[in-house]
Amino acid sequence: MIRTEELLLNVGPQHPSTHGVFRIIVKLDGEIITEATPVMGYLHRGTEKLAEQLNFTQIIPYTDRMDYVSAMTNNYVLVHAVEKLMGIEVPERAEFLRLIVMELQRVASHLVWWGTYLLDIGALSPFLYAFNDRERILQLFNELCGARLTYNYMRVGGVKWDAPEGWIDKVKEFVRSMHGKLAEYDKLASGNEILLSRLKGVGAYDAETAIAYGLSGANLRSAGVKWDLRKNEPYSLYDRFEFDVPVGTNGDCYDRYLIRLEEIRQSLRILEQALEQFPAGGETMGKVPRVIRPPAGEIYVRIESPRGEIGCYLVSKGKAEPYRLKFRRPSFVNLQILPKLLVGESMTNLVTILGGIDIVLGEVDC
Amino acid sequence: MSGDDRRDGGKPETANEEKLWMGSGESPGTAGAEASGSASGEAPGTAGAEASGTSSAEASGTVSGEAPGTAGAEASGTVSGEASGTVEAPAAPADGTKAQPSVRRPETDEEKAARRKAALEAREAAKAAAAQGAARPAAAPGAAGGAASAAGEAAAPKPPSPNQPLLDRVVQLLRELAGEDAVEEASINEPNDHLPTLVVKAERWPACAKLLRSHPELNLNYLRNVAGVDQETHMEVVYHLLSLDSGRNYAVKVRTDRDRPQVPSVTPIWPTANWNEREIYDLLGIDFPGHPDLRRIMMPDDWVGHPLRKDYVPLDPEV
Repeated sequence: MIRTEELLLNVGPQHPSTHGVFRIIVKLDGEIITEATPVMGYLHRGTEKLAEQLNFTQIIPYTDRMDYVSAMTNNYVLVHAVEKLMGIEVPERAEFLRLIVMELQRVASHLVWWGTYLLDIGALSPFLYAFNDRERILQLFNELCGARLTYNYMRVGGVKWDAPEGWIDKVKEFVRSMHGKLAEYDKLASGNEILLSRLKGVGAYDAETAIAYGLSGANLRSAGVKWDLRKNEPYSLYDRFEFDVPVGTNGDCYDRYLIRLEEIRQSLRILEQALEQFPAGGETMGKVPRVIRPPAGEIYVRIESPRGEIGCYLVSKGKAEPYRLKFRRPSFVNLQILPKLLVGESMTNLVTILGGIDIVLGEVDC
Repeated sequence: MSGDDRRDGGKPETANEEKLWMGSGESPGTAGAEASGSASGEAPGTAGAEASGTSSAEASGTVSGEAPGTAGAEASGTVSGEASGTVEAPAAPADGTKAQPSVRRPETDEEKAARRKAALEAREAAKAAAAQGAARPAAAPGAAGGAASAAGEAAAPKPPSPNQPLLDRVVQLLRELAGEDAVEEASINEPNDHLPTLVVKAERWPACAKLLRSHPELNLNYLRNVAGVDQETHMEVVYHLLSLDSGRNYAVKVRTDRDRPQVPSVTPIWPTANWNEREIYDLLGIDFPGHPDLRRIMMPDDWVGHPLRKDYVPLDPEV
């Protein structure tokens, strides 16, 4: 019988398929992984510590830089926490704008995932398609708030910029054309034989494991748990719109793939309804005191980011700065299951499984 | 801007400046304005600087007083990159006494003296208000020592929260099955969707956690978030729990001594606690006995100190 010697392999921190600076120390027996130890913190900037010396408007740009692929939802979770603790009413037009940008952001984020994931497992061209369409969303954002990635768009009580003339029509046009693009994506990749054999049955877990590990987003739903905060604990205006929550059955990478693509469709559905109901006029900022000073108390709010449940735990002592601000980052929590999933898998599946979790390192390290 | 400023002042060479670094907890009431003072310190903002409570900042107030003074709100508005005068100019002076007309003009000595006096009075008033605040039921116990937490028990005469029965039931269950002394406090966090919030005794926490996780009536199978908080008088670990079946939410707090903080690990019960506890250990220095692999997770392994502690002073001020 052929025996192989145990091999210690260092993956990352600078490796394209880790989607940032992330390191995994892998013990290999031949091609089979026997142990995997994730090492992180390379991107730790101490956002939570910095926030303790800043007022809330100053913290918003820092949230952009946590999950830089989905900055809008990060903006929202912070301002939402402050608004809820202070009991600030947000004007309807502002809330509509927030919802529209958050759903556009979800589409953009899933497109990044789709493109890079297929790139990870060896398909080059989908990346170009995905980034082409994502670029149109970034241009829409650029027109709205003058930034492509780190928007700093939301404020406690509303949004910084109203939609410029004709912007809503441009979003409508984008949504219309995006439906056709999705059909193209499916034709391009989804039924591909190689893709199926790379993804089906890989990195599978059951619902119980997913819940125990606190997974959220598509990672949780792929195991068949129908849990989407937009539906189950509605925030913003999500209870006004009709949409479905796609769930998987096998909890494998292919289910996660299909769910994320379907989520783009559902986001487009929400966008269509929201754009239809978008109020013609109105304020974009609510009544907010000059100094934002939440009353003493604490609050935990959570919303559905493209990656799962992003939460903000805010402890206020009645000052203009938070006493303690803790972000529950979905990437960080979801990544915990990685060492468990990798054991017994072949080395080729490492990238498939890691990519399937959909992490952003800025958020893991915070 | 504020961070930079703090670092300048935060080199722990003199006692005064060290206090500034340690944060605003020292002087209740005025500290909110204190930070805005240091933020506006770059621009010659006397009004903001005036509001700060520590003596070192008082001195800086005098220094910048010579320069033409703008109102604190405007100065910090510029610093934060906002167009000045917009609604969200983040740091305005703490109260009316400090609000100055935003017209730039040199100030006379009398004006300066009068303003300083007014600020002093405002500080005194704020201190008195804070002292009174400790007596009435406070939502955040520990803000003013033990008095607040004791007063928290005496609930104000309000209509009971819709979640009150839930809270009562969980308290009853824990007291029956995990020990009479298991629950130290129980309250409803109203702004947070009437979240039932418990404070559980650290020694009883493993038993309570098992119950919360597996009691058929509770079945809190999903641990949403674990957060550590340095409350200065003690350390606190906050668990946000959810039952995916019933959709019910609870928050559980475990308090521990600040010098040797220890909270039993719940990783065996909710595996998701694993990295969360490592993060809290790393950043706050709370030990979690029973954790399978308690190492630093964010900071380098040879890092000295735990950065999220309120009294944290970096070993190397250059970092």
